[in-house]
Parts: sequence; structure tokens; C-alpha cells
Amino acid sequence: MSPRGRLTAFVAVTVVAVVAATAYGLRERDRVDEQRAREPAVSRAAAGSLARLPRIVFRHTGLDNRYGTVAMVALDDPRGARDFTDVQCDRVAAWSGGASCLTTAGLTGFEAQELDADWQVQRSHPLPGVPSRTRVSPDGSLVATTSFVTGHSYLATGFSTETVVREWGGGRDWGNLEQFDLVLDGRAVSPVDRNVWGVTFAGGDRFYATVATGGATWLVEGDLGDRTLTSVARDAECPALSPDGSRVAFKVDTDPGSGTTWGLAVLDLATGARHEPSRGPRGVDDQVTWLDDDTLIYGLPRADQPGVSDVWSLDVSPGASRAPSLLVEEAWSPSVVDR
Amino acid sequence: MYLSLRDRPPAGPDARLPRDARPAPRRVGRAVVVLGMVSLLTDVSSESVAAILPLYVTGVLGLSAMAYGFVDGLHQGLSALVRLAGGWLADRTDRPKWVALAGYLLSALARLLLLFAAGLGSVASVVAVDRLGKGIRTAPRDAMISASAPPEHLGRAFGVHRMLDTLGAALGPLVAFGVLWAVPGGHRVVLVVSLAFAVVGVALLGLLGPDVRLRGPDGAADREADGDPPRVRLRDLADRRLRPLLLVAAGLGVLTVGDGFLYLALLEQGGIAAVWFPLMYVGTNVVYLLLAVPVGRLSDRVGRARVLVAGHAVLAVAYLCATAVEPAAVAVVATLLLLGLFYAATDGVTAALAGRLVPVQARASGIAAAQTVVALARMAASFGFGFLWLTLGVRTALLVVAAGLAVAVLAAATRVRRLDEAAA
Repeated sequence: MSPRGRLTAFVAVTVVAVVAATAYGLRERDRVDEQRAREPAVSRAAAGSLARLPRIVFRHTGLDNRYGTVAMVALDDPRGARDFTDVQCDRVAAWSGGASCLTTAGLTGFEAQELDADWQVQRSHPLPGVPSRTRVSPDGSLVATTSFVTGHSYLATGFSTETVVREWGGGRDWGNLEQFDLVLDGRAVSPVDRNVWGVTFAGGDRFYATVATGGATWLVEGDLGDRTLTSVARDAECPALSPDGSRVAFKVDTDPGSGTTWGLAVLDLATGARHEPSRGPRGVDDQVTWLDDDTLIYGLPRADQPGVSDVWSLDVSPGASRAPSLLVEEAWSPSVVDR
Repeated sequence: MYLSLRDRPPAGPDARLPRDARPAPRRVGRAVVVLGMVSLLTDVSSESVAAILPLYVTGVLGLSAMAYGFVDGLHQGLSALVRLAGGWLADRTDRPKWVALAGYLLSALARLLLLFAAGLGSVASVVAVDRLGKGIRTAPRDAMISASAPPEHLGRAFGVHRMLDTLGAALGPLVAFGVLWAVPGGHRVVLVVSLAFAVVGVALLGLLGPDVRLRGPDGAADREADGDPPRVRLRDLADRRLRPLLLVAAGLGVLTVGDGFLYLALLEQGGIAAVWFPLMYVGTNVVYLLLAVPVGRLSDRVGRARVLVAGHAVLAVAYLCATAVEPAAVAVVATLLLLGLFYAATDGVTAALAGRLVPVQARASGIAAAQTVVALARMAASFGFGFLWLTLGVRTALLVVAAGLAVAVLAAATRVRRLDEAAA
């Protein structure tokens, strides 16, 4: 090919690449616009009509004009009409007096917000990366947030999390839980690669959380007063304490070895007995929560629809062997508010 | 055999002319600029994806962050080993352009596959293909730069290339932000735009890139008595002139802890808020791209090995800065400036040096060897430093490494003159 021919060919390739990418971008924008203009397919309740009833609060994930907003359904009719708020959250944890909301604004603006019972922002704190988990203690006095620390591909340490506990409504701030004294299997340790995430509150100063170090994960019991984390069990992620405080549910790798397939397990704190429901879900990556003392609920992404997820429930009472059932469709990050 | 190696290996056609007959080149050759632009386009492509990959993998694909950490780990190690193969292949065939092109093509293919990757396994393999491509192309490309610039301006040529390369790395995330601003939630649009940049980069190299021959225009100058072109041999890499460089690079490399650790140290001591963490890389990159050319020119004047070793002295000072708590803002700015200067003084300069310390038929392999030694030594440094951090605490650990690095710099300084003479 002559030098001129090569130059022409290069210009042609460049033009085709630019035109194709632009055309795709515009088409995609139209598609998103159209999607965002659609009304939700689920039936709608009047705004605020469910706000004082026992309810399940969650992030709505239907591809429509309410995508990503916080919504709620009645606890006794989870497949029924949905009451939408105007608040956008990636993760939401509600209690009777409000909600903790982790949001993404743009690509780098991550924020933890405290919302009051009327969904107004009372307080906000910047997060160092993509939101991961948030929980509020049942009495609404404490809030925990976990986010990833957005590093970069240069960072050889893999992923890193930051988990912070604060008093609701301002006041005390216990900071990053990584700074707490760590006791694993009875030995005080201070590994530099430790990560803490997935807090579940246990009343008073006590809570449970996950600690990862050296490639292993631990269920730890924490104490805000003593600033300690003490291991309870191994191989447990994202704990959730049952309402009666007797059992902890968490994620486990059901297929140790090659890949990671998350399943669910329940630990009886009094006896130490661990139970993995035989027909439990696979591929759960959510911090589960308890619907009641026998039932877990959790979000599960749809395989065929990126961005859409549903909330499922699983009966974990002794002897139960039912498969998970769909509880709330087009939903994510559920919390139960029964007052 | 070693006797003949005393001669300076011929580079481009100009290199064979007597020094004073050559026109004093004002500008860097077209070949270097084209290669720099190819790197710029490719880095825009890879860094725009890197900026959204955590969000894409966890948010859109719905994989866990643990899974992302696994993908991220793949990003690191893979390219070092493939690099040697790429260098060897470039030397063996004497067609560095086509070996490099194969590497760029692989990475472009990875961008295409990423559009269809849904599970952890497929994302991980796509990332692996991308790193494979990067490993293959680096040494042939650097050998082409080494062969296309006159020896006395080699530092500047590499400086220009690294400047364009780093500019691409800085622009990539901006392109991603821009696309997501224009198309909210358009993660796949970012992937398509990234693919477009990769395709244009491949087209630029394939259609307009110089078909540099490492052994001169027809290889005649290096033909051995029996007429066969000289082959690359392992012993070319054990060259008496290259060995001291590998030794120096390894010795300094094992004391080079990743810049991520320095940022973590600043974070740990309250110098910066975690929110600003990603900006640390941007700051270092901006300093690097501003200083790449001036420092490259300096290395042409005062000697490349000298600049390489001095760059590590700068790094030792950066360690000290990162341990200085007060005032925090000064510590942060000084650390970023020094880190950028360190990269400007070491990255391109190492390749410039290595390409001149081996027989011409082993140039790409020599560059690959030096870069692999640096990469492996730095990997060892990261592991070692993690341990030191754990046992001594961050301040003491950094002070210990700074002291070790100062001793290594002094030891390396004794080799500088001989290295620079051997590479002249």
C-alpha cells in the first residue's frame, strides 16, 4: 500500500470508529431516556400511604422512571401496591425514625446520608468509594456504613473497605473499625491487611461484623465501649442478627476452592451449631436481614436483566426445607420496619 | 565474541554516520511520536475502562467486591513474564512492529470481549487477555524507540514517549467521566468508546507505524561470516555490560515499595482524607508527564545511569516526606512531586539504557529483561514492605526502607560511570 493509501485507510478507520461509538452512545442515551420515562409496571400506592404502617423499605430496581428510588410495601402484603419516595439510594437501611442512605452522585461522589421520617436529609458524610452496606440499630441510636476504598489498579493490596459506626443524629463517632483491637482465636493480632465490613447491631454497645485478613474471613463480636473485635467463628461474611438475638445468618462460600459461590448459613450463638439450608440460594451477594425469627430476606440480581434485582425470602426454621420464594419483585437492599 | 561488542551497536540509519555529519535533530523523530500516540490512544482506552471497572463489575454485573479484588490481582502479575517472550520474539523475527501490533490487537480484542462478559470467569479472562497483550507489546515497542532515535537523544525520545503515554493514562478516566455525564448509567458506552480508542490505536500502528528493523535496514551490518542473521541467545542477556544494570535495577527495585503504600502511609497519618485517594495517582501522573521530557534530556547530557540512580535517591526522600507528619499538606504535595520525578527519572531511562547494553540482535530481549527484573523486584518489595509495616509500624518501616535505599543508591553510584560508558 502506498503511504497515501495507508493514510487514507487510517483516516477511514478513525472516522468509522468515531461514528460507530457516537452512534452507539446516542442510541444508548435514547434507550436510557425512554426507559427512564416509563411508568413502573408494579401497582402504586398513594405517596405516604404506607409510611406509618409495618413495612418493608427497599431500593426499587425496575427499569422505569423510579429506578433507584426508595420505595416501600406493606409488611403483610409485599406483592401489593408500592409507595414511592423521591429519594435515590444505592443502599438503604430504614428504621421507624428515618433511614440511612448511601448514594452515588456522578462517578466519584459517594455519600452517607441520614434521612428523617419524612425522607429529608439531616446529615451527610462523604464516603471514600462505592457504597457497600449500611445498617441502623433497631432502636435507631447507631448507624454503620461500609464502603469500598476506591484505589486503583496499581494498588497491589486488592480491595479495601472502610466501615464506620456513628451515633444517629450526630454526636459520637467511633471511626474506622479497622482501628479497633482485634482478637482472633484468643490471640491479639494487628494484621495490616485487615478489612472490616457488614455490621449488624446487637443492642447497647455490642455488634457483629466480618473481619477479613490473610485470605480468611471471621465473624467477630464487637464492643464500641472497649473498642474491641473478638472472633466468634470462621468463614462467615456479612452477618445479620435475628430479632430475638439468638442466631446469626451470614454468607458462606459453598464451593471452597476454585471460584466463589455464595450461599447462606445460620449459626446458633448459644450452641455454636451451624446450619446451611440445603435448598438455599446460590450467588447471594447481599447482607441478609430477618423478616421474623425464622425467615431471611435478601436481594438477588436477575441473571438476564442487568441492574434489576428481586428480594427473596427463605425459611430457616429448624427442619424447614422449602426453596426460596420471591417476596418483592424489582427490589434491592430491603429492611423491615415493624413499628 | 565479546570483543565485537565493544562497538556501539548500530541503531537507525543515522547512527552509522559519523557523529558530526548528522544533522542536530531539533525534533523527535516521527517514529517516536507515532509510537507515543499509539500508546496515548491505548492508555485512554485501558484507563477509561479501569476507572469504571469496579463500578461495572460490582454495580452492573452484580459481582461481589471480593470478586473484583480477584480480578484486580490478575491485573498485576501476568504481564511481567509475557514481556520476556515478547522481547525474544521481536529479536528473533526482527519484526518488532508486528510483534507489538499483535500485543495491541490482543488488548483491543479484550475490549471487545468485555462487552459480552457477564460472569466473574469471563471478566477475569478478558482482563488476562488484556494484560497478555500489554506484556507482549512493551519490549518490542521500546526496542523500536531505542532503534529510531539517535543515541545521544535517546533519553529525550523515551521522555517524549512516556509523556504521551502518561497523558493518555490521565485522559482515560476523564473520558469515562465525560461519557457517563453525557449518558447517565452508560457503562457500556464507556466500553464501546474505549474499544474505539483501541481500534484507532491499532490502525495507527499498523498503517502508519514505522516498520523498524532492530538490526539496521537489511541486517547486513550484523550478518555473521556464514551469512545467517545472528540469533538471540541467552548469553546475549548475560552480556557483561547488561549484568551490572540488572544488578543495580534489582538492588534498587527491592527497595521500591509501591506508591500505593506511600499514599496509604499519608492516609494513615491523617495527611489526606480517603476521598482524595484516587487523586493521588492523578497528581503523581501529572508531575510525571510534565517532567518526562526535561528529565529525559537531562539524562542525555549527564548520563542515563546517573539519572536512574539519582531518581532512586529522590524516592528515598519521598519516603522521608511521607513519614513527615507536619504540616500534612506539605508532606502530601512534596511526596507527589518527588514520586512523579522518580518515575520520570527511572521508567523510560531504564529502557533507554538497557537497549544499549546488549548486542543489537538482543535489544528487545535486553529491554524486556531489565523491565522484568524491575517488576519482579518491586513485587518482592511490596510483599516485604507489607511485612515491615506489620511488625514495625508505617513510620519506622518507611524509615528503614529509606535508609536501605540510601545505602543501595550509594553502592549503585559506584557503577554509574562504567554503565554510562558502556552504553555510550
